Amino acid sequence: MKVRIGFLLSLLRGDPLADRAVPPTGYTARITTVTSAAMAILAVFALALALATERMANRWTGELARTSTLRISAPPDQTAAQTVAALRVLETTPGIAAARALTDEEQRALLSPWFGPDLPLDDLPMPRLIEIEEDETGYDPTGLRARLVAEVPGAMLDDHARWRRPLVAAAERVRLMGLAAIALIALSTTAMITLAAQAALYANAQVIRVLRLVGARDIYIARAFVRRFTLRALGGAAIGTATGVAAIAVLPSGDVAGGFLTGLAFSGWEWLLPLLIPPAAAITAFFATRGAALRALRSQS
Amino acid sequence: MPETALRTGQGGTDRLNRPRSSVTTSAHGQVEGDPLIDLTQVAYSYGGAELFSDVTLALSPGSFHFLTGPSGAGKTTLLKLCYGDLVATAGSVSIFGTDSRRMTRDDIARARRRIGIVHQDCQFLDHLPLRDNVLLPMTVSDRQDEGESHVDDLLAWVGLGGQSSLLPPQLSGGERQRAALARAVITAPDVILADEPTGNIDWDMSQRLLNLLVELNRLGKAVLVATHDLNLIRAAKPQVSARTLRLRNRRLQTAGADL
Repeated sequence: MKVRIGFLLSLLRGDPLADRAVPPTGYTARITTVTSAAMAILAVFALALALATERMANRWTGELARTSTLRISAPPDQTAAQTVAALRVLETTPGIAAARALTDEEQRALLSPWFGPDLPLDDLPMPRLIEIEEDETGYDPTGLRARLVAEVPGAMLDDHARWRRPLVAAAERVRLMGLAAIALIALSTTAMITLAAQAALYANAQVIRVLRLVGARDIYIARAFVRRFTLRALGGAAIGTATGVAAIAVLPSGDVAGGFLTGLAFSGWEWLLPLLIPPAAAITAFFATRGAALRALRSQS
Repeated sequence: MPETALRTGQGGTDRLNRPRSSVTTSAHGQVEGDPLIDLTQVAYSYGGAELFSDVTLALSPGSFHFLTGPSGAGKTTLLKLCYGDLVATAGSVSIFGTDSRRMTRDDIARARRRIGIVHQDCQFLDHLPLRDNVLLPMTVSDRQDEGESHVDDLLAWVGLGGQSSLLPPQLSGGERQRAALARAVITAPDVILADEPTGNIDWDMSQRLLNLLVELNRLGKAVLVATHDLNLIRAAKPQVSARTLRLRNRRLQTAGADL
């Protein structure tokens, strides 16, 4: 570990003479910088997607988990009485903040997307719906169901768990896909920087021969390449991150139109997270180049 | 040779003539001691074919050897064995007292700082000026400051004082050979291995290069010159007591009066 820290420090300090020993290679320099910039942009987008999905999952979890529906399916002459009885049970149930029966208009509005606005609700044997809002502590659905069976025989409690679970699972999967995309971006960056570093090493075979002839150790030769590629990756990733963040910043905000697609922008402290991308790219480049350089130097001996 | 070219600023110590405890003076006036590089019954095979075998050679301080032989006899390979670029397929090669088979890559790199190597096709870092190229052995061993103090004198010694800012591709063949020699000796090496150092240069320049090698040998350096140029060997005879070896028929022989 000591060696690693020493190596990192010497890398940061740099050795102008060691750096000069390796000639500037425009081709690999451009590849590394452009690749890092492109990957950083993609990483910003993937990060935004993962965070937006997480927010969405939290919202779905929170909003749906705090609401339930009680349906009173009773003969028409008993519906009103059972509704009152159900509301009384709900008022005395711990964990329930509010409960109210939906009006006919509200029930008609709920059904109109399927049956149209002219639904003759009065002619249909419609159940009465009661909307339940939980408080922070939440209620015990099993206990509530037991009380309702005893006191309101026509009541059926729907705590939305059936709907919430697949939604939350889907959101969780999308979030994981975002994180997997970030991991794949890191892997691709590693692969591309490794290839660029190997190309640079083979392009500089004569330089390496000369350095070896005069007594340069592998680590000295590797350091010149590692520092160069690390700095290129850092610079490219900084440009890419700035571009990606700018692109995210100009997206329409969530409060303009609402919904998932307009909620992709970072929020609050999340704007700081992309700052981690350039150092992460530099660390990736450091280890990728170091590994590639030492492997190539061993194979060239 | 200008004294200033070979002295450091540290107490006037001659960099190229460091005293060694085991060094003695031979009957020829040469300084000799324990072998710095010692090849014992060495064989080398390449692609299943034996290039040479049963080669025994000791490079001691103050010794001067010429190695000659036809093209493809293995002169360059023998030199590469001496600086750890190749490993013998049989026998043992001891470099500064360590069997080259047991040397790590770092050990070999450190050993090369004590060996000055001059190739026929001297390779440089073409993007760096001559001065930086000559300083390179000091740079890679973190002795840049030490090298700075005498690199200009060294360039003047090899007659390249006015060309220090030129890039290697701007130099002639002879200038490159002399630059390679300057680079080879800047670390004050104990051994100088030269592979066809006069291959690309005219006779006058060859003589000048030979004189430089002889001067270094007089300072106690072990010198091994691989060459097929018999005139160079003959020209050296009056100046230095050199052993001439010949690689022929896969064996290393002492060359006789035919030279």
